[in-house]
Order: sequence, then structure tokens, then C-alpha cells
Amino acid sequence: MKDQFLQAQHLSFAYNTEEGETPVPVLRELSTAIPKGQFVAVLGHNGSGKSTLAKHFNAILLPQGGTVYVGGMDTRVEENLLPIRQTVGMVFQNPDNQIVATIVEEDVAFALENMGVAPDDIRRRVDEALKTVGMYEFREHAPHQLSGGQKQRVAIAGVIAMRPACIVLDEPTAMLDPKGRREVIGTIRSLNREFGITVVLITHYMDEAARADRVIVMNDGQIILDDVPKKVFSHVAALKEVGLDVPQATELSYELRGAGVNLPDDILDDEEFVRELCKLLNKREGEGC
Amino acid sequence: MLRDITIGQYFPGKSVIHRLDSRVKIILVVAYIVMLFLATNPSGLAVGILFLVLTYGISGIPYKMILKSLKPVVPIILFTGVLNMFFMDGEIIFQWGFIKIAKEGVLLAITMTIRIICLIAGTSLLTYTTSPIALTDAIERLLSPLKRLKVPVHELAMMMTIALRFIPTLIEETDKIMAAQKARGADLESGNLMQRAKALIPILIPLFVSAFRRADELALAMECRCYHGGEGRTRMKQLHLRYYDFVASGFVLACILAVVAINLLVPPLF
Repeated sequence: MKDQFLQAQHLSFAYNTEEGETPVPVLRELSTAIPKGQFVAVLGHNGSGKSTLAKHFNAILLPQGGTVYVGGMDTRVEENLLPIRQTVGMVFQNPDNQIVATIVEEDVAFALENMGVAPDDIRRRVDEALKTVGMYEFREHAPHQLSGGQKQRVAIAGVIAMRPACIVLDEPTAMLDPKGRREVIGTIRSLNREFGITVVLITHYMDEAARADRVIVMNDGQIILDDVPKKVFSHVAALKEVGLDVPQATELSYELRGAGVNLPDDILDDEEFVRELCKLLNKREGEGC
Repeated sequence: MLRDITIGQYFPGKSVIHRLDSRVKIILVVAYIVMLFLATNPSGLAVGILFLVLTYGISGIPYKMILKSLKPVVPIILFTGVLNMFFMDGEIIFQWGFIKIAKEGVLLAITMTIRIICLIAGTSLLTYTTSPIALTDAIERLLSPLKRLKVPVHELAMMMTIALRFIPTLIEETDKIMAAQKARGADLESGNLMQRAKALIPILIPLFVSAFRRADELALAMECRCYHGGEGRTRMKQLHLRYYDFVASGFVLACILAVVAINLLVPPLF
């Protein structure tokens, strides 16, 4: 299993609660593996353990049972801590709470300064990272002068300046407006496609998940579905049961199918839906009805 | 409304004084203060005043900013002046009951007042021409020898940076909370002092709660970016001394020497 980059084996975790109470398990015997370069979306309603899983991938949380390997490194080994954090970058929901410095470029440099990179190299990598996310012209701005989407892209730049092999994003678009969401998702996709960075995207938005290579659906600390988006979203009933939606086009075709219209069960977006519906209508006309 | 508050008193500019290395600027301000206290006669103080006129002129900071910087310290200036006036013995020029004012007292009061004014104006020039972040940076670097004495210099500088970073964020947040509480019928503007202070509680509590939550998340984000204290840290922006840093240092040194020379040539006032 050398090509599996992130690996969780029988991972269990529970947050500490008040003394006397029994801790509520958040992750239960969870096992998964993510190969290099994959774009994985993780879905699940609140409390399903998806953020907790994400925090295990860069050793912010350590497994209470089972093991997590990042590029072959065990997260429980103390010496692996900094190498793991350099390998797996993490972006959080609120862009305001992850920007440290008062100037954009200084913030992007933060991780590199912590790693002890030489000043000239920092400069070069900061400029590169800012250009990659399209924020180079804002490098001397103060973070509070930027929009939410721009701030989130700065946060992403701060992570990719470390040149991680993988980025874990914990609902990075939850606090953004539609424009900011598009900017951020576009940036993430290009990182995955052009730079081959492994992406683990935790999200609430089905349309974001529909465009991933693979979708993992979590419920109650376990993985209930794990497949390509088309397959995952064909389980409309199972998804609804755990409180998740499906993309609108998928839902409509699901309902139509229930009403006897013969549509395929793997429709993900509007365009596909229109195409299939036209096909169906043409066929009917051909049959002369 | 709260967004108009500017942090520090920095006036961005491109003058030589703005471009001086912030470390050098701090040291020169200290040297200038020493010079003011070395000056024991009017000619010496005149050098101090000339120095101010010249530096404000070069920096492009309007002279009226000197007055602005003095405003908060007017009571201290008056207090020092008056106190010095009454408690100096010598040639009496005014007497009323037990209160007597000596000529020397008046002179001392005037020199002390000028000295304090110069001192405030000089240090203000530092904050006018240096951004808070550059100041923090300079303080960290200047104090770095203290690390050997286990003074947490890096941590202090980090705290200052984060505080500066979050001031605008928290101001925005305060605005939002105020609007939210007003929408629920909170009355923030009327009533006496006690009532108004009490009305602030529903604003401060949510603000504190959210500040703690932010702190938590920020700590996490910093850890994710390999933050592990000041050990082995490098900096992207290296400070380099340039020729004008040496020119400025030379100029201040010349002024100090001039003051010392004046002290030797001209007999002190008292």
C-alpha cells in the first residue's frame, strides 16, 4: 500500500467530557486510504466526525485507537510532527481566524519563517504562492481590507507556500458569498490539477463534492459511502437518511424516476440532466406518442 | 463609527525618515532624549528645537501634529513647570505670603517645559513615521540579546503583532454586536454614566466570548503552519542598514557633541 498517501486504520477518537460522563465516541474504528493526487470530498452532517478526521491527518489530534499514517509517517511519533505538518497543510472555515500577520505577504511567509527557510527562499516561495492563488497584486494589503474569498485564498497561499503534498480544507467556503466560493473552489481545483496536490475537501455543498474524484460520506463516526460522485449520489435515499442533500439535478431526476420517468440514476449537474431529458423526449417522439 | 479609529499614529510616507531602519530610529530617539537632558542652557535647548524643526520638515509631517501630540500631556507639562517655578531659591521676583517665585525658578520652569515638549515631539516623530509592525519588529530585534536572560522577547513581539492584526477585526465585530443589540432594543446612548456603563455589558460579553473562540482557532491555525515558538525561526524581511542610516546617526551624534560643546563654552544657567 505504498501509493496510499493518507492512511487511517481502525481509527477511534472521543473528545474529553466532564468527569464521570462517558466520553462520546466521535470516530469509531474508521479505516480509509487516500492515494496521492486524489481530490476527495468528505460529506457528513454536523457531528458526523468529519472535522475530527481531518484534524487527524496533520497530527492536530492524535488517534486514541488505531493509527494514522501520513506519507508513511506515524502521527503518534513526536519527531514526525513538524514533517507531517509540512506535508499536510490545513485550511479552516473562518479566514479571519487563521491569518496571523498584518500584511498579506508576511502572513504567507509565516509558515516558512517557522520552518527556518532562508530569507531569499522565503521571498521567492511567497511570491510563487501568491501568484498561484491569484493574490500577488494584494501582497502589501492588510488582511482586513480584503473580501472573504480573498482572505481565504491568502490562507491557502500561506499553506501552499510550505509546498505540502496534501491540503486538507475544513469547510473553506462555509462563510463565503457565492463569488468567494467560486474563487476558492477554482483555486483548490487548479492546485489539484496543475500541481498534483492531494486535496481533502470537507464541505456542506453537494455541488462542490460532485466535482471531486471521490466522495466519502460519514455518519456517526463511520464511513457509510465511499465511491466516485456518480455512484455516491445515486444512493439518494441513504444520503437523505443521514441528513444530507444531493445536488439539485440528482434530486429532481430521483423524484422523476420515482414517478415513473425513465432517467438514469447518476445525473450530477444541470447540463447532464437537460441532455438526458432531451434524449428521453426525442425517444418518445420517435415512438410516436 | 468605530472603524474610523486609526491604530497608532502612523502617517505613511516616503521620506528619508520614513525609510530609516526602525531599529536605528528607536536608538536615535533615545539618543535625542539623552541630548535634551544634557543640554543645560538655552543654546543647548535651541539645538534640540532646531533638530525637531529640521526632522519634521524632512519627514513631511505637518508641524501642527506636534501640537496634537502634546495635547494629552498638557497637564503634566503645566504641573512640572509650576512645581519647578515655586521650589527654587534665588533672586526673589514675586512674593505673596509664603509663596515666592525666584528668577531662577522661572528659568528652570521654562527649560523644563521646553525639554518635555521636545521629548514628546521627538518620540511622536518615531510613531508618526514608523508603522506599528515595523516598530514591533524593531523592538523584537533590539531586545533579542535579552533572550539569554530568559526574557520571552519573541513571544512578546508575537503578541503585539497578533493584537495589531486583530484590532480591526474586533472593531468590526463590536460594530456588529452593537447593531444586533440595538435591534433587540438595547439603549446605548441615553442615561447617566452608570446606566450607560451597564448597557455595555451585553456588548462586552459576546465580544469576549468570540475573542476567546478566535484565539483558539488562531492557535490551531498557527500550529498547523508549524509554529513552535521563536526557536529556529527566520524572517522574510531582513533589515539592512543603508547609507542614510549612518548619515542620520552621524547627524544625531553631531548634535549631541554640539550640545556638549555649548555646555563647556557657555556657563550653565544655574
